[in-house]
Amino acid sequence: MIGVVSYLVFFLILSLTFGVAVLGLNLQWGFTGLFNAGVAGFIAIGAYTMAILTGPSRDAVFGGFELPFVVGLAGAMIASGIGALFVGLATLKLRHEYLAVATFGIAVTIQLVCLNWEYLTGGTLGLIGIPNPTKAWAEGPLIQNSLYLAIVAIVVGLTIAALELIVKSPWGRMLKAIREDEVAAASLGKSPERVRLEAFVLGCMIMGLSGALYVSFIGYVSPWDFLPILTFQIWTMLIVGGSANNRGALLGALIVWGVWTMSGFVLSRVVPSEIQARGGAMQAVLIGLILVVTLLIRPRGLIGEELQVSRHARS
Amino acid sequence: MAGPLLQVRGVTKRFRGFTAVDSISFELPRGVICGLIGPNGAGKTTLFNTMAGLMKPDSGEVLLEEVQIHTRPPHRIFAEGLARTFQIPRPFPEMSVLENVMLVPNRQSGERFWNNWLRPGTVAREEREARRRAEDIIEFCGLTQVGRDQSGTLSGGQLKLLELARVLMADPKIILLDEPAAGVNPTLMLTLVDKIKELNARGYTFLIIEHNMDVVMSVCDPILVMAQGRLLYSGDPAGARRDPAVLDAYLGDLP
Repeated sequence: MIGVVSYLVFFLILSLTFGVAVLGLNLQWGFTGLFNAGVAGFIAIGAYTMAILTGPSRDAVFGGFELPFVVGLAGAMIASGIGALFVGLATLKLRHEYLAVATFGIAVTIQLVCLNWEYLTGGTLGLIGIPNPTKAWAEGPLIQNSLYLAIVAIVVGLTIAALELIVKSPWGRMLKAIREDEVAAASLGKSPERVRLEAFVLGCMIMGLSGALYVSFIGYVSPWDFLPILTFQIWTMLIVGGSANNRGALLGALIVWGVWTMSGFVLSRVVPSEIQARGGAMQAVLIGLILVVTLLIRPRGLIGEELQVSRHARS
Repeated sequence: MAGPLLQVRGVTKRFRGFTAVDSISFELPRGVICGLIGPNGAGKTTLFNTMAGLMKPDSGEVLLEEVQIHTRPPHRIFAEGLARTFQIPRPFPEMSVLENVMLVPNRQSGERFWNNWLRPGTVAREEREARRRAEDIIEFCGLTQVGRDQSGTLSGGQLKLLELARVLMADPKIILLDEPAAGVNPTLMLTLVDKIKELNARGYTFLIIEHNMDVVMSVCDPILVMAQGRLLYSGDPAGARRDPAVLDAYLGDLP
């Protein structure tokens, strides 16, 4: 019983942490129509920033400032935001698949930088010993994890509250107008460039927040955590849950992460150990299948978009 | 303010070798309903597009209240007070009619995302005000019954009215209508003509591209006639009927 509960806590921490990144992507894709295929890169920036700001100091590697957890979260958001500002200024003139290709390339570049810039990132080995604040508050992994789950739940709650305030507002109305018809929106006085950049930067900041929560929980950061499969997973979570709906984004994170971990568990039992490594590929296939099936039978996801944008326009 | 409201000076727009708009110049005083007519391909919509900033003219300039606007992006031109509608309506199809209209006002506090966190009271107050105005305009345009509907479900004629409603929301100095009566049933067309006249009586200035000569002759004065990118005639409608170049290019083809 304890085993089930502690696994459930562990599962919820990870899926809600990914859920935060899905919320960021939802702002970009769901509400604004920005095809960001570089999600993993912005999560990575947040993760490494957290590790550098809060981690222990070590020889020959930059950082290890041992700053408080909250400072790490804020720093991760700021770093991802600054990264997104540069990327956005350079790429947001691009549309749809062109933006996707550009951001995908940028994420791969970020991952390669993480892999090779040893002074900043620890290279292949990554950075270890990132403190989890709950370790100082309580004894025993279950209580510590429960506390961490509470932290993650608070962050998710605050993120959703903050997002709901801005997407169900005149600003959110501009996002939707630009998504639906950019020329018409510009002809009605709205600046597509400004609005797209704002949504892109804010979304990436939230992805950075997700990365920071992740490393603090796992306790280390490694470049192998930020391969393109992560972007793919986050995207599937959003599509399955429902674009342009924050509750849908979170639901998608729970479902897809659930399928991912359960399939991993089943495969580890069913598949003979000599081909275990290839069994992992089956997980990616399964996620791809869920994505395709969702797009075919429920293209708007489990919870779709609401008609009214601004909460002030409700009857 | 003295002086013309709108000045178009030698505006030229080329697409590769083809000159779609060929050094067009005219001036519009405040308070007129000016008709812009000409055969298909005369360059009327291209002229609108250069005036509204969707394309930059290759040469020439456009001045609104003696301020150059043609160098600015579309959203800035709109903010200066030049609004245009589209020949084929461009609603935001998944938004309600009400929110299509509420979107429009410039400098809403709530368009700065941080104000929705920091000054929610101000945003809510402005939204109430915007909604009240939007509902008035929607009523004026005869769309009250469909105000809550997704705009993508509206008929072609209703979409034309929605286009008008949206630009009215901004209270522009001049409204460019691109074929407001095209594809609209006769009853709705009369409504549209009445609305334009009523708005004009309230002080709105219009520049209207229209093929329906009944509409043009009944509401427009002056009129401009374009053909093959050039301005053939500008003056009162009666004069256009007698102008040989106009007759040859356009009116002559009509019964």
